[in-house]
This record gives sequence, C-alpha cells and structure tokens, in this order.
Amino acid sequence: MKHINTLVKNCLNKSENSGCGECQSSCQSACKTSCTVGNQSCVNKDEKVNIKVKKAD
Amino acid sequence: MVHCFKFSYEGNTRYFIWDIESGSLHSVDCFAYLCALNRYGNISDKEKAEFDKIPVSEKKEIEEEFEILESQGVLNCPVSENILPTKSGGEIKALCLHICHDCNMRCAYCFAKDGTYNTPKDYMTFEVGKAAIDFLIEKSGKRKHLEADYFGGEPLLNFDTVKKITEYAKEKCKNAGKEINFTLTTNCLNLNEENARYLNNEMENVILSIDGRKEVHNRVRKTANGKDAFDLILNNAINFRKIRGNKKYYVRGTFTALNTDFTEDVKFLSDVGFDQISMEPVVLDENNALAIKKDDLPKILKEYEKLAQEYIERRKGEKWFNFFHFMIDLKGGPCLKKRLTGCGAGSEYIAVTPTGEIYPCHQFAGDKDFYMGNVLTKQFNTDIQKKFANITVLCKETCKNCFAKYYCSGGCSANAYHFNKDLYKPYETACEMMKKRLELSLAIYAIENNL
Ligand code: SF4
Ligand code: SF4
Repeated sequence: MKHINTLVKNCLNKSENSGCGECQSSCQSACKTSCTVGNQSCVNKDEKVNIKVKKAD
Repeated sequence: MVHCFKFSYEGNTRYFIWDIESGSLHSVDCFAYLCALNRYGNISDKEKAEFDKIPVSEKKEIEEEFEILESQGVLNCPVSENILPTKSGGEIKALCLHICHDCNMRCAYCFAKDGTYNTPKDYMTFEVGKAAIDFLIEKSGKRKHLEADYFGGEPLLNFDTVKKITEYAKEKCKNAGKEINFTLTTNCLNLNEENARYLNNEMENVILSIDGRKEVHNRVRKTANGKDAFDLILNNAINFRKIRGNKKYYVRGTFTALNTDFTEDVKFLSDVGFDQISMEPVVLDENNALAIKKDDLPKILKEYEKLAQEYIERRKGEKWFNFFHFMIDLKGGPCLKKRLTGCGAGSEYIAVTPTGEIYPCHQFAGDKDFYMGNVLTKQFNTDIQKKFANITVLCKETCKNCFAKYYCSGGCSANAYHFNKDLYKPYETACEMMKKRLELSLAIYAIENNL
C-alpha cells in the first residue's frame, strides 16, 4: 500500500477470553503500583513488558 | 471506530490510525491521516481545509486502501456483539494489607491523611495479618497465584509484623499448593541496609517512592518532624537499587500542579541510576493548590510528549529505562476478561485494615458505605463484591466510544466515586492523561521497532 503501513494487526484477540485470573492485579491509582491493563502481560504468553531487555542495536 | 493521532519526533511528524475494536495500528502519511479524519468523523475546520486540498486521485487511492483494510477487519472493525467477561466465581486473589495507619512522613498530597486514613494510628497485629492470609487462601478457590501488598502508612514502621506475616503466608500457601508474591511500597526513610536485604530476598516487587528532583521532593514531602526528606532517602533508595540487581522494583514519583515539568524529574531519577520509573499525576480535589486542574491539562499533555521524546533517546543507549505508562504489550497482552474488568477492586482484590476490616481497595478504606466485612470474624458481604464484579468498561457510558477502553479498562473506580459520586463515571482529568499516554505508547512502539 502506498499510503498506509499496517504495523500491528488484531492485537486484541477477543476470542481469547479465558479469564483464568492468574495474572497480576492491576491497580492504576497514583499511590500504588500504577499498573494498567495496557502494561500488563498474560501469564500464559511469553511476551513480557516489564522485564529489562536492553535492545541490542 | 478508529482514532487518528500524530506524534513528532526528530523533526518529523508521524501519523497513525488506531483501530479500536481490532487493536490494529497503522502508520500513514499526512494525506491518509486527513482522509481518515474525514471518513471516520472528527475532522476540524482547519484539517478540513487541508483535506480539501488533497488531489482527487490521491483521495481515491487512499479510500481504496481503507476499503481493503476494512474488508480484512483491521480498520473500522465493528464493535463485537456479545463480548462479555466470563462470570466471576467470587474468588479473591489479591490483598492490600494496611500494615499500619501511621507514617514517618507528612506529604502534602497524602490521600490517607498522613497515613492514618482518619483512624487512630493503628498497627496491624500478626493475628490480623494471619487471618487475612487465611481468608485469602480460603477465598482464592482454584487460583494458584496469589498476591499481597504491604501498604500504609509506611509499612516499615511495622516491619516485624511484615516479616511474620510473610513467613506465615509463604508456608501456608505452599501447603495449600499456591504461590504468593509480595510487594511493599516504602517512602525509603527506614530503608537501611538490613531492611533492604530482607526486602530484596522476600519481596517480588518493591516500590520506592521518590518524587524526583530535590527541590520538588522537599517542597511537598517532609518528615513527621518537619525536616526535608530528600537527603534522608535518596541514598537508601540508590543502595537498594544496587542490591536489587535484575529483580523487580520501581521508583514512583508523584507530580503535582507545581511540577508540570515532570520530565525533569524522570530524567533526574534516570540520571541517578534508576531504570524502572513511574511518575504519577496527583489526585486531589480541584480546590487544593497542588491539584491538577482541567486548565493544567494542555501543559501536561505536552509534557508527556516531551517525556516520550526524551524516553526514545535514552533508550537507545546507556540510559535505557522503562517508564511504566509507556510500556505496552501489543503481542501478549491480557485476555478480554482482564481488559474489560481492570483492577478488580472489590471483586478479586480487597484491602484489609489494621483492625481486619475489609474494603474494596485501599482508596475506599474507612468508608462505611463500602465496608465489606472483617477477616477476624470471616463475615463478608458478597453483595458489595458482586456490585464491583459487575463493573466493566462496557457498562460505562463515557468509555463506550473511548479509544483507550481495552487498555484502560474503565479507569479507577475509587476516583470515579470520589470525584463523580458514581462508580460508573470515570474521572475525566485522569482520562485525558490516560488517552495521551496510550497514544504515546503506540507511537513509541512504532518508532522503537523501526516500523
Ligand atoms: S479502584 Fe482505583 S485505587 Fe482501587 S484498586 Fe482499582 S484502580 Fe486501584
Ligand atoms: S480513558 Fe476514561 S473514558 Fe477511556 S476507557 Fe479509560 S476511564 Fe473510560
């Protein structure tokens, strides 16, 4: 495509609705762990966002 | 529904289209950005004038590209019907333990009234802590991973009890075939070498509360006897960072209306060696001088952009760090249930006060309307629990069309209640910041991955 470059497709896999509840709780209040669903990972998947992985560049 | 936004970096403006319902991110040129604004609504007069100048042939090409993506379900994807979170079985998996309602600091913005929550300066006893852990295990059903976080007041003021509860809980959970992780939040005043070593060994995560630059910290954070706190805490925090190695910790600061240039505070924290950083907007009534008011928002949203630019730069080299609100998982994010229900306060997460009283979370502690029971008597009001379990982002009018809904999950119920007297009506000032941070996280993701 000339004008559009799709970077990420369907990252909200709505069919995955397991709700196993094993993930971290996620209080987003200022005084607390400031965790939102956005910065959380699923315990059943590999991708982790809050692990220190320095990018090799 | 689509959301269009832009971000400037290294003198270039990048344009993006975010498809809300499918979670797809498209990087586009300026023409396609304007066409998307026009096609999907929300074009301003100024942008409309720009749009009108695009050659017809280009517009046609772009419209065709939109149609292809729409047919693939990655653009303007319709709201799925029948997406409901799986029903909660009433299990509880996480506790906030108010280990003491007392503090050795007097921070001007403390939501807990100098750590006391308007209660006498209570300290949790081991008996109460033990009962809370027993309660958690009993209510956790089949859940294997449990959590407890030590909160206050200042938890290190009642550290012996922290140690006893931790030891008890680990043993008890092991016998019950479960795993429990602890978190502790501290103002660092009593974070001496011995305490630091203990926390490093026993806690899954440790949260160090520092607001950034010395003058910023000292302006709002004094010790109980009125002294500037900064010099007393910084070395403790740095020492802990050294001991901590690669295990989880982070420094969290609070910014107020007095330091809307908080990028400087984040930079300061990064400069002194912290690489897991969070900087949070203070939450206070608008009549407080420190409060973030609607009028402050344009300045703050701009500041987040500035922080994002600095963030990308630093992450290229030695000063790499994580900023909590710019972290986003576009590949392995949580399941739909989690996205719809968010923090789980009152349903799978509860707070226990020093006297054993149960509330939906620390922000409701002491509010009789939200009293849920007591771990000592094991009396527990499941009506309140059900009421909280029913709160999802889909039930909130304001959230229905919000582009951040699957990442924010509907915001903080406590803020909604305290500002709007309605658990279903999010606190707008926080929404604006949340939305900005999501845009920036997506832009950072694109730039860092050379997309
Ligand atoms: S209601 Fe707000 S303060 Fe309470 S746990 Fe949820 S996000 Fe945190
Ligand atoms: S940012 Fe506000 S409107 Fe959007 S989902 Fe969160 S709480 Fe709802």
